Amino acid sequence: MNIEKKMSSRVTSELRWRCRRGMLELDILLNGFVEKKYTQLSADQKNTFNEVLDYPDQLLFDLFLGHMESSDNNVSELVQTIRQSASV
Amino acid sequence: MNIEDIPRRRFDALIIGAGGGGLRAALQLAEADASVAVVSKVFPTRSHTVAAQGGMNAALANVLPDNWHWHMFDTVKGSDYLGDQDAIEYMCRAAPKAVYEMEHFGVPFSRLDNGKIYQRPFGGQSQNFGGEQAARTCAAADRTGHAILHSLYQQNIRAKTHFFDEYFAVDLLKDEQGNVLGAYVFDIHSGEEIIIEAKTTLIATGGAGQLFRTTTNALINTGDGMGMALRAGVPLQDMEFFQFHPTGIAGRGMLITEGARGEGGYLVNAQGERFMERYAPTAKDLASRDVVSRSIYTEVKEGRGCGPDKDHVMLKLDHLPEDVLQSRLPGIRQTCITFLGIDPADKPIPVYPTAHYTMGGIPTNRQGQVVVPVKDTPEEPVTGLYAAGECACVSVHGANRLGGNSLLDILVFGRSAANHIIQYLKENRFHKALDENTIQKAYDRLHRWDDTSNSNGESVDDIRRDLQKVMEDNCGVFRTQDVLDNGMEEVSKLAQRLKNASITDQSELFNTARIEALELENLMDVALATVYSAAARTESRGAHSRIDYAERDDKSWMKHTLYSSEDRKLDYKPVRTKPMSVVSFPPKPRVY
Ligand SMILES: Cc1cc2nc3c(=O)[nH]c(=O)nc-3n(C[C@H](O)[C@H](O)[C@H](O)COP(=O)(O)OP(=O)(O)OC[C@H]3O[C@@H](n4cnc5c(N)ncnc54)[C@H](O)[C@@H]3O)c2cc1C
Repeated sequence: MNIEKKMSSRVTSELRWRCRRGMLELDILLNGFVEKKYTQLSADQKNTFNEVLDYPDQLLFDLFLGHMESSDNNVSELVQTIRQSASV
Repeated sequence: MNIEDIPRRRFDALIIGAGGGGLRAALQLAEADASVAVVSKVFPTRSHTVAAQGGMNAALANVLPDNWHWHMFDTVKGSDYLGDQDAIEYMCRAAPKAVYEMEHFGVPFSRLDNGKIYQRPFGGQSQNFGGEQAARTCAAADRTGHAILHSLYQQNIRAKTHFFDEYFAVDLLKDEQGNVLGAYVFDIHSGEEIIIEAKTTLIATGGAGQLFRTTTNALINTGDGMGMALRAGVPLQDMEFFQFHPTGIAGRGMLITEGARGEGGYLVNAQGERFMERYAPTAKDLASRDVVSRSIYTEVKEGRGCGPDKDHVMLKLDHLPEDVLQSRLPGIRQTCITFLGIDPADKPIPVYPTAHYTMGGIPTNRQGQVVVPVKDTPEEPVTGLYAAGECACVSVHGANRLGGNSLLDILVFGRSAANHIIQYLKENRFHKALDENTIQKAYDRLHRWDDTSNSNGESVDDIRRDLQKVMEDNCGVFRTQDVLDNGMEEVSKLAQRLKNASITDQSELFNTARIEALELENLMDVALATVYSAAARTESRGAHSRIDYAERDDKSWMKHTLYSSEDRKLDYKPVRTKPMSVVSFPPKPRVY
């Protein structure tokens, strides 16, 4: 079996699992984004996305639902991109 | 791998699930110096308890007069008289202490100007046994669940609870006498399987909202513990009672908390009529959830729905002062902006009932012991097995749960289950020997999904989607015999299809396809329990509302349903109408 292929599918599974959260809102935002838009991110943006996934649910919820803004520009840009992909 | 080679770990107590229920129990046990393992398929603080925004009930009387006995009355009435009154008395009496305990563990409850804990009014709360609206819900702004979960997690870390984070529990393990002695689990990261042997096992795996297509529940709520219980021969109780929250965002499912109506929001139909005044003249928009859900359904069904498809109603908040919206309900405003592109300060929110809470579950007594009928005894404890939280049915919610009573339930009964376990451990100091057959069964169930010979079997995703649609159409807010019979048939077909399903991903690491397959097996078992129980109950009670049997029938149906997987058999047991110390509340018509 082609090792590279196995590796990449593994990353995706792990990523998908990390997008399983305790709130439906986050499931919808994160899973929808990973399915549709994640592959279009640059390597740096992907790193940011992975860092953001380590945040607690309530913080993610506050960022995505606009109760709070990140002082890190990379994070706040990514949050905007994810938010915009949701309200359709 | 041979099953003899599977690593084994031993603990006094195994807790499956790290939501509020599991963590409260774990903390009590760790503080009593028991060795405790907590297994959770997601990182503990990502458990679904984090989503509870509204708050928890306790008769503190900080805002309006209140006492536990009124709380008890409301809960019994809210349950449509199916709740067990001993357990309800126990919970309502324990509520203030549960709040103070949480405060002590670090939950920052919102305050009144006088420094006392703020309490908001919620649906179904009354003063004086059915009189004026009460204010009984304590909240940490709109992040109560988050605060509870994080405080309990920190306390558990301090108390040295052993966490198996991102481990999936497959099945319970037993000895030859049927005592429950732990579980078969695997590490989601590495795929490594382990046997956790425990003198006592507590299931705290939460609800099963993923049964339905439109739900407030996160993807993780797949009723795994209920599935495990069924496979271990334990029946599920009162599964026909599934609460639909009246105000989900139409088409998307997520919740607009009851707090919105608590703060003065109200519902209107296409004619702009405030229709709840017709259905519940006193409580209006704060009537209990099933009453409001059914009213919305009726408005839509009778052609007074809003939108191009007339398929929802509107929740109006645009009359509320901006500072109330901003200070008390900031979450709702942003949810609407994010998911609908609507600001509720300007425009009403399209809402429709959404599947929210599993009232039924694993039958327990108020010490959290799982109880099953044995010969003439309806409630014989299963040695070593406990359940608490949304997966359990103790039963304090009966046919319908009141908002704010669930966080209370998980904390009160998580604690009381732990107290019973502590007692049990004193009397049972040694580990018993496992029956290797039960290990083999769990192993086989897990490895059935490794079979690649069936590589063009059906996809798990497709079957899950079909199941959720069938359940929504055939076991939702409104039910008739035809609809439910059809549901039984359709779910049975899906269960058959699942036997021939397969997955293509065979990797050991992070094999989410395998997890989703195992979760779907659990959902399927729980769906069968739900639709079979619903089709048999020929009355309307609480959340179980039937067009063809519109009335509650206390003569025939004041009893709990028990569904067993074996032969899909139904059995019944009496409701415990006798409280611990006060006089029983006899059934009355449930009008608000
Ligand atoms: C949107 C929303 C808002 C709510 N608001 C309120 C409110 O304001 N007030 C109120 O009282 N109630 C509220 N509720 C209800 C309440 O949040 C839940 O009933 C309660 O949090 C359930 O807690 P629990 O401990 O039983 O389970 P959960 O918090 O659901 O935890 C379940 C745990 O089990 C684990 N688990 C499950 N399956 C497995 C497996 N196979 N292997 C390993 N681990 C597993 C999970 O990882 C998780 O840790 C709300 C519910 C929703 C959906």
